[in-house]
Amino acid sequence: MASIEMKNIVKQYGDGFPAVNDVSLDIADGEFMILVGPSGCGKSTLLRMIVGLEDITSGEMIIGGKRVNDLAPRDRNLSMVFQNYALYPHMTVYENIAFPLRLAKMPDDEVRRRVTEASDVLELKDHLERKPANLSGGQRQRVAMGRAIVRQAEAFLFDEPLSNLDAKLRGQMRTEISRLQRRLGITTVYVTHDQTEAMTLGDRVCVLRKGKIQQVASPRELYEQPVNLFVAGFIGSPPMNFLPATPEGNRLKTPFGDIEIEASRASKLGGHDLLMVGIRPEYFEDASLVEEHKRPLGSTFRARVDVTEWLGDSQYAYIPYEAPEAITNQLRDLSRELDAEELRTQAIVSIDSTSRIREGREAEFWLDSRKVHVFDPETGENLTRDAEAGAELTRLATQDRVEQVEESQSRASAEQETGGATAASA
Amino acid sequence: MSTRKKVLWGVAAAVIIFYCLFPIAWIVSLSFKAPSDLSNQSFFPSALSWENYELIFTGSASDLFLPALRNSFGICLIATAISCLLAMFAAYAIARLDFPGKTLILSTALVVAIFPVISIVTPLFNLWRNIGLYDTWPGLIIPYLSLTLPISIWTMSAFFREIPWEMEQAAQVDGATTWQAFRKVIVPLAAPGVFTTAIIAFFIAWNDFIYGISLTSTEAARPVPAALGLFTGASQFEEPTGAISAAAVIVTIPVVVLVLLFQRRIVAGLTNGAVKG
Ligand SMILES: Nc1ncnc2c1ncn2[C@@H]1O[C@H](COP(=O)(O)OP(=O)(O)OP(=O)(O)O)[C@@H](O)[C@H]1O
Ligand SMILES: [Mg+2]
Repeated sequence: MASIEMKNIVKQYGDGFPAVNDVSLDIADGEFMILVGPSGCGKSTLLRMIVGLEDITSGEMIIGGKRVNDLAPRDRNLSMVFQNYALYPHMTVYENIAFPLRLAKMPDDEVRRRVTEASDVLELKDHLERKPANLSGGQRQRVAMGRAIVRQAEAFLFDEPLSNLDAKLRGQMRTEISRLQRRLGITTVYVTHDQTEAMTLGDRVCVLRKGKIQQVASPRELYEQPVNLFVAGFIGSPPMNFLPATPEGNRLKTPFGDIEIEASRASKLGGHDLLMVGIRPEYFEDASLVEEHKRPLGSTFRARVDVTEWLGDSQYAYIPYEAPEAITNQLRDLSRELDAEELRTQAIVSIDSTSRIREGREAEFWLDSRKVHVFDPETGENLTRDAEAGAELTRLATQDRVEQVEESQSRASAEQETGGATAASA
Repeated sequence: MSTRKKVLWGVAAAVIIFYCLFPIAWIVSLSFKAPSDLSNQSFFPSALSWENYELIFTGSASDLFLPALRNSFGICLIATAISCLLAMFAAYAIARLDFPGKTLILSTALVVAIFPVISIVTPLFNLWRNIGLYDTWPGLIIPYLSLTLPISIWTMSAFFREIPWEMEQAAQVDGATTWQAFRKVIVPLAAPGVFTTAIIAFFIAWNDFIYGISLTSTEAARPVPAALGLFTGASQFEEPTGAISAAAVIVTIPVVVLVLLFQRRIVAGLTNGAVKG
């Protein structure tokens, strides 16, 4: 087990393209770090530099206090689960899992003990003598995990391990990975595309864009205190709505009426004529369903609803709005970068599933102005970010992690003790 | 498929099989005809005769045929083994590494493969006589390598390209050296390719006639195809047709056995299950 430190890591491929650009990231011992970002932003490249499959152009990679820039993969003692699993098709499941141990010239009975242990954890016991070709996707995924956990590696690296599985299996494997990581308490770096995986698995999430780190924070901080337009638009589904706004004292004039914000936040907006307000879908509500005492905390406005989507437990309404060209262009660039479908200038708002708001009609909405963020449309910077509140969220998450690791490890050792006791008494 | 289609396919297949196998059947039939029976104007021998086989194994042709058989086996097996080994490394490098001159190597191999043998055999004859390789096993193994290596490199690099890069990287992360990754992961996966290549290389060497007849003079190195050309009848007035046919049947057998033996190893899709779900 070890911490991973990256200092100003740069990767330029042969054609001079900087796939990773000046990345500095500290991953604590035992931490679960997620790398996310749109396709081609350099996530895999970064992971492959950690494991040693890709040369580092410049910068320092330090694992467990040791500089590893020039070490071959086998000397770094990390284990990796590849996106396509990369199982050895000519070996049985048993031999696949045992492969790293065989290479380390471990005696046979020790190999058997470890493989049995790993296959117990992953419920692969019945398949040890089968070949990978005859296994299902989820089973193959578990074999790949088995090969990773069987040896005492310094850290686990995962490159989109669940992307080939169907939704149900993905959910199942997600909890499995989380449980395993907590139990083993091993430093983990996990690359993913998937919002849910990023938000649920990670202690901290690192958002990359074009080879550069945008923000490293706990999922909650990313969601509530994003540093810029990119992070705000990337995290959350359905995505955050961005409305054009012009400031007037403590008020922001938007297509959805005036929004009043606290004086302390408004003071940060000086010197801008045109702004962008970011409002998450769930900060909206059908005004008729908002309790009286909550109403003054936000503002109400009337708008025509284009489409509604009723999903049983929730409901979404789409409200078109007008925006000046500067804002539309900015939004189009953003949506292109996020691989989103063409982002039309419409807001997605989440309303109660019992709401009777109908398509094509005008309706009254309420929006909670306490949590809106205001962005500079040119630089994308979040002008109202509260760094302290964000840091507090991440600090709480770190504390949670330490507790969880301790708890699951004490539970695991307790299990072992009772297991040992029953074995002894038998 | 409709019955009509099936019948048509069956007929077409039968025609092709007949077209391909008829000459072989003819040779087999000829090999069982006694010399006096050769021109009996019918496909089948009038009486089954082992005379030709006796001639090449124990009779007057045996001191020509038996050493040639031994030479052919030895030379072809050695040439095949060397060419497979060299081709394996070359093809691995071509499939995996990016180095300047990669296309040059591949195109050179192609040029060598299509270079007319007949045009280099005379200079080679002179050279071999001067340096003492004439009429020796190495004297044939070397030119055979020039025939078998290019095609081996081409087929094997195609096979290596099929093996996912990740296999090797996974092995390296698991703690293997480059050599261990090659030996424990790549070679087993490439085995079908190696066997296919070995068969092709063996055939090419086994079938060679020009080098065999030009670069040898005695049974020290003369291979079977060359020896067949030197068969004579029992008397000056008899054609050696029967003996040649019998020898031809005999030399076909190892080839058939080889294919049957290796066929089971050439299982397509051995890499199934390596990747994805
Ligand atoms: N071998 C290579 N040579 C040149 N450029 C490369 C090479 N591999 C990757 N790149 C470039 O580096 C950038 C980052 O690639 P990388 O594979 O790390 O992306 P990624 O974030 O993992 O994307 P995805 O989510 O699609 O897997 C891409 O723009 C890609 O074009
Ligand atoms: Mg990738």
